[in-house]
Amino acid sequence: MLDADFFRRWMTAAAASVDREAERLTALDAAIGDADHGSNMRRGFTAVQAELEKETPGTPGAVLMLAGRQLISTVGGASGPLYGTLLRRTGKTLGEAPEVSAEQLAEALKAGVQGVMKLGGAAAGDKTMIDALLPAVDALGDGFTAARAAAEQGAEATVPMLARKGRASYLGERSIGHQDPGATSSALLIAALAETAEG
Amino acid sequence: MSGEKLVGIVLVSHSAEVAAAVAALAKGLAGGAASVRVAPAGGTEGGGLGTSAGLISAAAASVDRGAGVAVLTDLGSAVLTVKALLAEGDELPKDTRLVDAPFLEGAVAAVVTAAAGGDLAAVEAAAAEAYSYRKV
Repeated sequence: MLDADFFRRWMTAAAASVDREAERLTALDAAIGDADHGSNMRRGFTAVQAELEKETPGTPGAVLMLAGRQLISTVGGASGPLYGTLLRRTGKTLGEAPEVSAEQLAEALKAGVQGVMKLGGAAAGDKTMIDALLPAVDALGDGFTAARAAAEQGAEATVPMLARKGRASYLGERSIGHQDPGATSSALLIAALAETAEG
Repeated sequence: MSGEKLVGIVLVSHSAEVAAAVAALAKGLAGGAASVRVAPAGGTEGGGLGTSAGLISAAAASVDRGAGVAVLTDLGSAVLTVKALLAEGDELPKDTRLVDAPFLEGAVAAVVTAAAGGDLAAVEAAAAEAYSYRKV
């Protein structure tokens, strides 16, 4: 079973990973976006970590709700409301249980990804974070390690795609040949989850 | 039509300068619209380009007179942040609506309609109608 501490460690691992990879995320965003994804995500997850240390929420749902709220407030780009919605919808679905099973987390993350798709209007194949998140939640039934591999493959699979959402969509065919920064940061978030589960 | 309680308008742009300038332009073109509350929420709290949930919430609270708040946005994260705040339920005043309209033209139409005492639905309809204004 996964308790609030597991979810705090997931967010801490995500913050460390985003911090480590910020330059890479910004470089990917410079190719097809506005070159702020790394710094935006770093600012958001730094704020998440500070808030979780201050508030120490007691349930998995509360940890994700608080983290999502911080991302909406502090990121400053589209990834704020998108990742904020992912975590808050997932947290809301988990409810107030003090511990949740891996299966419950998988179901809740599915609801979270649906929330992101509704908010941003993106579908699979649009070259967005959805292209990493959908395969990841589908693979979660086979375990966290399988989900990490699926997310990484999903992110890599965005390279030949034509961007249909966000600023990159203005580039049309010139968006082809670059890995999507949002799919890349989504793969980092899922990798942080697997890292936390593997201990 | 209510004489006292006018609909408030919030203008959300990636740029503080754009939001403030469009607010000034809309109020200027609306003539006697001094009574309408129009608040810009532009850029990030640090003064950069982007969207700030905090600035949007504060702007909406500052224009709320109980007749509803119409929010107009420019692009991308401005739209998504307002939608995320609306989904929260308690971050924006009751009867706050994201209005689907062109930013500048919609702002002028919204301010004029609000100044005339139009309710939230009328303000929203006027702003949205700006999409059909052809220039050629």
